[in-house]
Amino acid sequence: MPDALVERLVEAFPGVVEPLETPFDIPQVRVNDPAPLVEICRWLKDDGFNMLIDIGGVDYLPRPNRFEVVYHLLDMSALRRLRLRVIPNEEKPEVPSVGEVWPSALAPEREVYDLFGITFTGHPDLRRIMLPDNWRGHPLRKDYPLQGPRFNEEKKFPSQQARFRAPKLPGTLEPGK
Amino acid sequence: MSTGDPKGLRIEDFDLIEQQEGDRMILSVGPHHPSTHGVLRLVLELEGETIRACKPEIGFLHTGIEKNAEALTWQQAITVIDRMDYLSPLSNNLGYVLAVEKLLGVEVPERARVIRLLMVELQRLASHLAWLGTTALDIGAQSVFFYAMDMRESILDLFEEASGARMNPIYIRIGGLANDIPEGFENQVKEFLDLFPKRYKELRDILDANPIFLDRIKRVGMISKEDAIAWGLTGPNLRATGVDYDVRKAFPYLDYETYDFEVPVGANGDTYDRYIVRMEELWQSYRLCCQALERLPDGPWRIEDRKIVTPPKHEIRESMEQLIHHFKLVSYGFDVPAGEVYQAVESPRGEIGFYVVSDGKNKPFRVRVRPPSFYNVMALPKLLEDCLIADMVSVIATVDPVFGEVDR
Repeated sequence: MPDALVERLVEAFPGVVEPLETPFDIPQVRVNDPAPLVEICRWLKDDGFNMLIDIGGVDYLPRPNRFEVVYHLLDMSALRRLRLRVIPNEEKPEVPSVGEVWPSALAPEREVYDLFGITFTGHPDLRRIMLPDNWRGHPLRKDYPLQGPRFNEEKKFPSQQARFRAPKLPGTLEPGK
Repeated sequence: MSTGDPKGLRIEDFDLIEQQEGDRMILSVGPHHPSTHGVLRLVLELEGETIRACKPEIGFLHTGIEKNAEALTWQQAITVIDRMDYLSPLSNNLGYVLAVEKLLGVEVPERARVIRLLMVELQRLASHLAWLGTTALDIGAQSVFFYAMDMRESILDLFEEASGARMNPIYIRIGGLANDIPEGFENQVKEFLDLFPKRYKELRDILDANPIFLDRIKRVGMISKEDAIAWGLTGPNLRATGVDYDVRKAFPYLDYETYDFEVPVGANGDTYDRYIVRMEELWQSYRLCCQALERLPDGPWRIEDRKIVTPPKHEIRESMEQLIHHFKLVSYGFDVPAGEVYQAVESPRGEIGFYVVSDGKNKPFRVRVRPPSFYNVMALPKLLEDCLIADMVSVIATVDPVFGEVDR
């Protein structure tokens, strides 16, 4: 049951914006092609969505086109919300930055870049925000081990296992024995 | 897994502009600095004593809470989410739990809702009091810290009474509460609330007419309505600019629409307004606590669905089926129908939102948190523009960041 706003949005961007079901009160649309995202966002801002609540990434790993960037928007005067789900290309995940529409987008875009490795083109300062600059990998991807990059290192270099394990205390048993 | 390029530290990270004009100095404040309320590093560009540009650097407390939550069952994930905003853990609990309950399609009983509201409002009192104490301390009024922390301690005692823990109670659970409030708890809350107006007046008397305090915070760190919305400020920081957006009124949860309370707003968006808005919110939270205590009904304090909440001990001893339920819940947890939901609640720092994605299994597929402090801190460049460096302290203090939540 798409509401009036979603219908108008789909009309304004035919072929790009696709209506989805409305689960739990917040209408949502899918943006199949990230290229015109900035125009869509400008359209939405002119329509009244004056606040960008959040940008988050999701990694649906076994699915082709595994990444999704999820935008939550809020219209503060009419008190309505909207969710945009943008699907970037899997090989080269790139989404245009919406920082020129809402300045609050700049920080979470850096976070999504840091933790998912999705690039935001046109971002003025796209660096890692949570992790150190020389960190390898993007932790919130589903194929990143929970134990961190050392988990694989340990398997790779069995001779150096001592470097990755805490020293054994005297009198304790070796795990698994 | 792709590998990022292993660059070390680059000099351009520290310079805000490549070509410096005139007598500009770069000053790095933090990450360990008493005025930053945690581990925040600010790279300031100074012209004399005036801040011309500022760059916040965060991530020093990053613990991968969102990643950890994906490896725990739905009920276990509360423990890590609890530790995000360590000054108001119950608000975090509530947002996550409401989101999961929406996915499950369960409605908790009236008593659980009222106790949840009471706890969350007590938490708001505790959080604002910790903010008040540290802010006054930063600005130079030392005695307020002791008054405020004394009051906060009585609230934490109440949490300890109800849940067994002062700081990270993990009291609000999926399907209700961890346990019912103990006998005599209502009287203890009542005792605290009876004393509250007098102690609150003491605090207001110390600060409200204090000329030194007012000189430090009036017309400092101003931000306009439009800028505040554009930079994503929420909570008291946004309301100080005159926008009356409060999630409790705008998108009510826990029957907030049936309670009588006001949303205090400021006018100028300076540090004084942020101070006044939070002080007024203390009073509104006190009123909400009183109302919740009055209408506290008897009855069940969690849902009866044994597939979601663990059965009580006496049932486990008597019934095989309950034993199986207990074993299943402890070892496997429960499945949550596939879907996605965004649930926002008003934490003491602003709108905290939980975007929870389920794939139908016993662990969350993705828990994305919209941290209010994160957006508030990343708006600091706007707030600190053309501020004096001495005012930086009061601006950061009144923005009230909690770095467990900023970095997650």
